[in-house]
Amino acid sequence: MNSLWLSFELAGCVAAILLVIGMPVAYWLAYSSWRGKFLLESIVALPLVLPPTVLGFYALVAMGPRGPLGKLWATFFGHGLAFTFSGLVLASVVYSFPFAVQPLMVSFEAVDRKLLDASAVLGAGRWRTFRRIILPLSLPGVVTALVLSFAHTLGEFGVVLMVGGNLAGVTRTVSIDIYDRVQSLEYGEANHLALILLAIAFAVLCLVYAVNRRVWTPWTAK
Amino acid sequence: MDAVDREVNSSALVASIRKERRGASSSSFVLDVSLEAASGITILFGASGAGKSTLLDCLGGLVHPDAGKIVVGENVLFDSAANIQLLPQKRCIAYVFQSLALFPHLTVEENIEYGLAAIPEQDRRARVAEILEAFRVDKLRNQKPGEISGGERQRTALARSLVTAPRVLLLDEPLTGLDAELKAAIVEDLRAWNAARRIPILYVTHSREEVDALGERVIVIDNGRVVSHGVPMDVLDAPRRKRLAQTAGFENLLIATVLDLREPDGVMRIRLGESTCEIEVPLAHARVGDRVEVAIRAGDILLATERPRGLSARNILEGRIVSLERRGAMMKAQVDCGVMFIVHITPGAVRALELSAAKQVWLVLKTHSCHLVE
Repeated sequence: MNSLWLSFELAGCVAAILLVIGMPVAYWLAYSSWRGKFLLESIVALPLVLPPTVLGFYALVAMGPRGPLGKLWATFFGHGLAFTFSGLVLASVVYSFPFAVQPLMVSFEAVDRKLLDASAVLGAGRWRTFRRIILPLSLPGVVTALVLSFAHTLGEFGVVLMVGGNLAGVTRTVSIDIYDRVQSLEYGEANHLALILLAIAFAVLCLVYAVNRRVWTPWTAK
Repeated sequence: MDAVDREVNSSALVASIRKERRGASSSSFVLDVSLEAASGITILFGASGAGKSTLLDCLGGLVHPDAGKIVVGENVLFDSAANIQLLPQKRCIAYVFQSLALFPHLTVEENIEYGLAAIPEQDRRARVAEILEAFRVDKLRNQKPGEISGGERQRTALARSLVTAPRVLLLDEPLTGLDAELKAAIVEDLRAWNAARRIPILYVTHSREEVDALGERVIVIDNGRVVSHGVPMDVLDAPRRKRLAQTAGFENLLIATVLDLREPDGVMRIRLGESTCEIEVPLAHARVGDRVEVAIRAGDILLATERPRGLSARNILEGRIVSLERRGAMMKAQVDCGVMFIVHITPGAVRALELSAAKQVWLVLKTHSCHLVE
């Protein structure tokens, strides 16, 4: 069960980090009128179509002792990034990026522009408009972003295997654990873990669909 | 000019704005207007698409004009020549949108407080309490916009804008969809509020009734230009543009040829279309033989079943009813006098005169009910 907690820890870290860095990116994508916006949109969506092993491979190269990220990390912390928990977090952030940014962007875009105009005319700057108007009205998107990036990180396999390897208690996440157990013919144990992941996946999707149906947002009564 | 007038003018809104907008079909729309709004209600009247909302967006700072200057009192809000461009946050202009744009997740009170972030708590409480009462929404303070009626939402939106003590108020058809009584009550509260403050209020509408109800001054906009301004009676009862005539509710718009000018009487005779109908209309800048257009309201035409005698009205036309149909509380008759007229009459009159299709009738037109369209 050790691997399950490790996965939760990883997914929790990744979801929290993604929420923080996803918001400014999503805000910019939603409101910028720059013509080259599609470039950034494509980069953000890239992990959706890229095979995880490809992403994992480049992440490993970058984080290795001779890679730029690995070198930079070593100068600050004295050790490399590859095959560490931090390295896993970093790679997972990249891997789950679109799952956080896209729901945020869609919900920011869905906020009525007239409300933003009204806020500006009433004297509110961008930050106040974001905090008081955009964010509360995008709550379903924020929940979706959190939940999806959490769930997506929980289930990742290829990237973790490439970047983290399979170190018990450090980088052996639950999906790798399941794979391991199947390899060693411990079907009962594998089934145990797999069932838990299945239940989580279902619960997560229920939550996402429920918030997006606005079951809990009373102000849409109009 | 007395002292009061001078004080009023010192806070007037003076603007000249040019803004080009490219449409999807490469047809571009140019807004090019100059206007001045003193304190009190000035109506911006025009058909939809005339550029009224774009104009308000420019004044409010939501859209940047290509060129021009916007001044309130002594404050320059925008000046393309001097490269001055105040953000909407800095303009002290309140703007109520057609959609009202109330924040759906905030209560009425929180909506109203929204614009007062920079004001100390105690002061803020007092101002919110005052405006809640002035616009009669104090009982709704804890409700969300989705839970209150249309009229209450409109009151809330006005209160939210005015609590910030703006120097100008822009209203973009804020009272559409309300019945006349409710509308009048809200306008009364708005006037009462403005009696002490005397700020310029620009009120956009395309409804002729609102112009009559509110009218102090009206500026008529058509296709991005100011085509006329003044008091509503002068501006709207002598339409200068054909499209304006249609917007303003002139059902009869007829092409005519000038026959002769009678300058001592201040009238001229014209022949309608290709018919033999001749009528007398107010004198205009025209020469004999010119083609002019004349606009006549359907409700300004009298209808008789015998040739009338002893009337002051100079124009009596013989014709035949083509059709009669009900339009709300009245009947619309089409009458063929060589040219087709639309006449509005009451259902009672239809019964009393036993009007029906093909019946011979006489139309009576007062000279000054015939408005020349330049």
